[in-house]
Amino acid sequence: MNGLVLRFVAQRVALSLLLLLLVSVLIFAGTQILPGDVAASILGQSATPEALANLREELGLNQPAWWRYLAWLGGLLQGDLGTSLTNGRDIGEAIGQRFSNTLFLAATAAIIAVPLAIFLGLVSVLYRERWPDKVISGISLASVSVPEFLIGYILMFWIGVQLGWAPSVAILNEGMGFWQKLHAISLPVAVLTLVVLAHMMRMTRAALLNVLQSPYIETAELKGLSQMSVIWRHAMPNAISPVVNVVMLNLAYLVVGVVVVEVVFVYPGMGQFLVDHVSKRDVPVVQACGLIFAAVYIGLNMVADIVSILANPRLRHPK
Amino acid sequence: MTDALLRVRDLRIGATIYPPGAKAQDIEIVHGVSFDLEKGKVLGLIGESGAGKSTIGLAALAYGRGSVRITDGEVCLNGRDILTLGSRGHRALRGAEVSYVSQSAAASFNPAKPILAQVIEAAVRHGRMSRRTAEARAIDLFRQLGLPEPDRIGDRYPHQVSGGQLQRCMTALALCPEPDLVVFDEPTTALDVTTQIDVLKAIKDAIAATGVAALYITHDLAVVAQVADEIMVLRGGQTVEHGATEQIINSPREDYTRALVSVRSIQHPAQPEPPAKVVEIEGICARYKGLHFDILSDINLALSPGRTLAVVGESGSGKSTLARVMTGLLPPREGRILFEGRALVPEQRARPREDLREIQMIYQMADVAMNPRQSVETIIGRPLEFYFNLRGAEKRRRTVELLDAIDLGAAYLDRYPAELSGGQKQRVCIARALAARPKVIICDEVTSALDPLVADGILKLLLDLQRVEGVAYMFITHDLATVRAIADTIAVMHRGRVVRYGPKSRVLSPPFDDYTDLLLGSVPEMRIGWLEEVIAQRKMESAGN
Repeated sequence: MNGLVLRFVAQRVALSLLLLLLVSVLIFAGTQILPGDVAASILGQSATPEALANLREELGLNQPAWWRYLAWLGGLLQGDLGTSLTNGRDIGEAIGQRFSNTLFLAATAAIIAVPLAIFLGLVSVLYRERWPDKVISGISLASVSVPEFLIGYILMFWIGVQLGWAPSVAILNEGMGFWQKLHAISLPVAVLTLVVLAHMMRMTRAALLNVLQSPYIETAELKGLSQMSVIWRHAMPNAISPVVNVVMLNLAYLVVGVVVVEVVFVYPGMGQFLVDHVSKRDVPVVQACGLIFAAVYIGLNMVADIVSILANPRLRHPK
Repeated sequence: MTDALLRVRDLRIGATIYPPGAKAQDIEIVHGVSFDLEKGKVLGLIGESGAGKSTIGLAALAYGRGSVRITDGEVCLNGRDILTLGSRGHRALRGAEVSYVSQSAAASFNPAKPILAQVIEAAVRHGRMSRRTAEARAIDLFRQLGLPEPDRIGDRYPHQVSGGQLQRCMTALALCPEPDLVVFDEPTTALDVTTQIDVLKAIKDAIAATGVAALYITHDLAVVAQVADEIMVLRGGQTVEHGATEQIINSPREDYTRALVSVRSIQHPAQPEPPAKVVEIEGICARYKGLHFDILSDINLALSPGRTLAVVGESGSGKSTLARVMTGLLPPREGRILFEGRALVPEQRARPREDLREIQMIYQMADVAMNPRQSVETIIGRPLEFYFNLRGAEKRRRTVELLDAIDLGAAYLDRYPAELSGGQKQRVCIARALAARPKVIICDEVTSALDPLVADGILKLLLDLQRVEGVAYMFITHDLATVRAIADTIAVMHRGRVVRYGPKSRVLSPPFDDYTDLLLGSVPEMRIGWLEEVIAQRKMESAGN
């Protein structure tokens, strides 16, 4: 790696950290202007004014907002996500298990969806404007157009109930082995794959078709290379950047956007957890979840940017 | 002629076009062309754009660009008709028996891969040699073609070498698999004259050393005269004349060939400079943002009303940057531009409209300088509206006047740029510049993208308009023939400096400075053996030094 690339990469990392800091301010501010009062919701309607005041004092709700933000940020930097207001448990511990469940689901879906999307993209370019291209485009467009909860219920009914091939509720237990876990999450994985497939596939197709217009593709064709080899060896290296960007956006979606799928399949992940605590007005938990989601999103996009930089021969090998 | 390597008989090539707003149409673009090419010989295919040269060249690889397809005829290579082979057969042929060198090596190399990998790819993929042998051969070819550091240049990426070097790498790419036939498609057209001469020599030597046969496609008769054994002149997809190079150059039979041989017939004696100047360029230094050196250093030039100043130089010499400074697109770091004796505001945005009107520009690429969704009437009418507030019938009357001035006429009012030929597009751009009634027009390589005969017409038009309108031209070009044709004053630029400046007669007569000498000596002359003479002379000179 040369100085130029290093500088660009360092720039990206620094920008991402700055962005994350700004997002933390936004998240904090956003949760502050939410209506409702935590103390009141903990103590219920029959609480006396004194009890409310005491609880507020205890929770630190009387401090000015900027002080609470700095205290929160300071805690974060030391790895302390704070304690839940509703049950007094350490948030880091509570989220840990949930987050790893979400990552497990997302990773499984990604391992299937990303190669499949790129492969289908390649195939539809290879047979562009012919029937395989049209079938692939049609199916993937249809699957992305149907809301994911609907796909979820359809699969649940058809595969889970009618055929009985997979459990329709994705519950994980401590004692389950790896394969059992995979079996348990097969339906939500299928739904997620269908949801993110089309976007990545179509971007791969569009990026490749764009590159195929280039004169160097003609050079490759005039070398007598096969279509597949022209596409894979000559077009793909130049289509990496747009494809990676879309792949990363979709990976982020797999982590951040799974709320609906988790709720449908009662999966014990971050999305469920977040929804539960929003309804309880448990601000520290909501903040922590928000920040983790933001970090995943920013982190993956940063990876996309860095891959784009590394994929650019002009930056990798300056004159 | 049984030993012909390539035998083309009655070749017909068709294409499907999609005219705007109409149904797809099948047309024929090559109408029955026949020729033979023996082993180790070079046939030059020459003609203007649209003559079907490239299309015929690619037919030797059984390849058609886009919707182009070979409809009839025979293309026999090594004794078998390659048109009857299937796609598998075609792939086995391409990059093995026949290979192709394109006009723009910069675009034809994959930017994401190192050069060597691309050069040896065809040879290795077709199993014609092992990777190791192919690499050794490629390095040999790099050396033969006079590339610097032949052992290491292959590890570089295309963007890391210059245009001339890349064009030689492309030749190596074509020769690497030891083909029987190479199709060279305008391999030196995009290069500067001083670079062209070296690449041309390298290609010629490589052809001789490898004994390969070649189809050499170009629009420049002087270039093809240096490399070809035979020349075939094409026009509109038909053979006009076919004969030995000697005969075509010295005693062409057809009128069209004669016109090609004698283009640049314009006689324009330099006119005396009037004392008054319309534009004076004083001590201009300019650089682009982020650069630590000047692109232009200390430029001093002057333009007289109704005269032409030709600014000539190779790519990267700063000619176009000078135009940007004059129009205010790039404010100079030092120096000033005087218009009729008063200094112009450096930034284009801050210039008064009247000053903007007085200096107009015409660009090299006429088609990208026009909005494809505007009609000719809108394009020419816009400056009339903007500068003179003309509306309605009056605007239309003036537009038609301008169209008449560029020899197109009112029939073209409703045309769109896509419906015009290259020369017509450039004419519309000229009319648009004239519409502002400027005192100065900057012409930036306005004829470089055009065929010689069309370019000739444009230059004649520009000279006629100059006589009528009294407009001064600053004519930016790399083409010395153009300069000879139209300039009154010449400035030769090299690496951001003016190395020679004065009236045409003085600039173009000896004694020359080194650079001008090199530049003038590099312009291909239409006689056989010119290339060898120049190279030999240069060798003697460098030995003498």
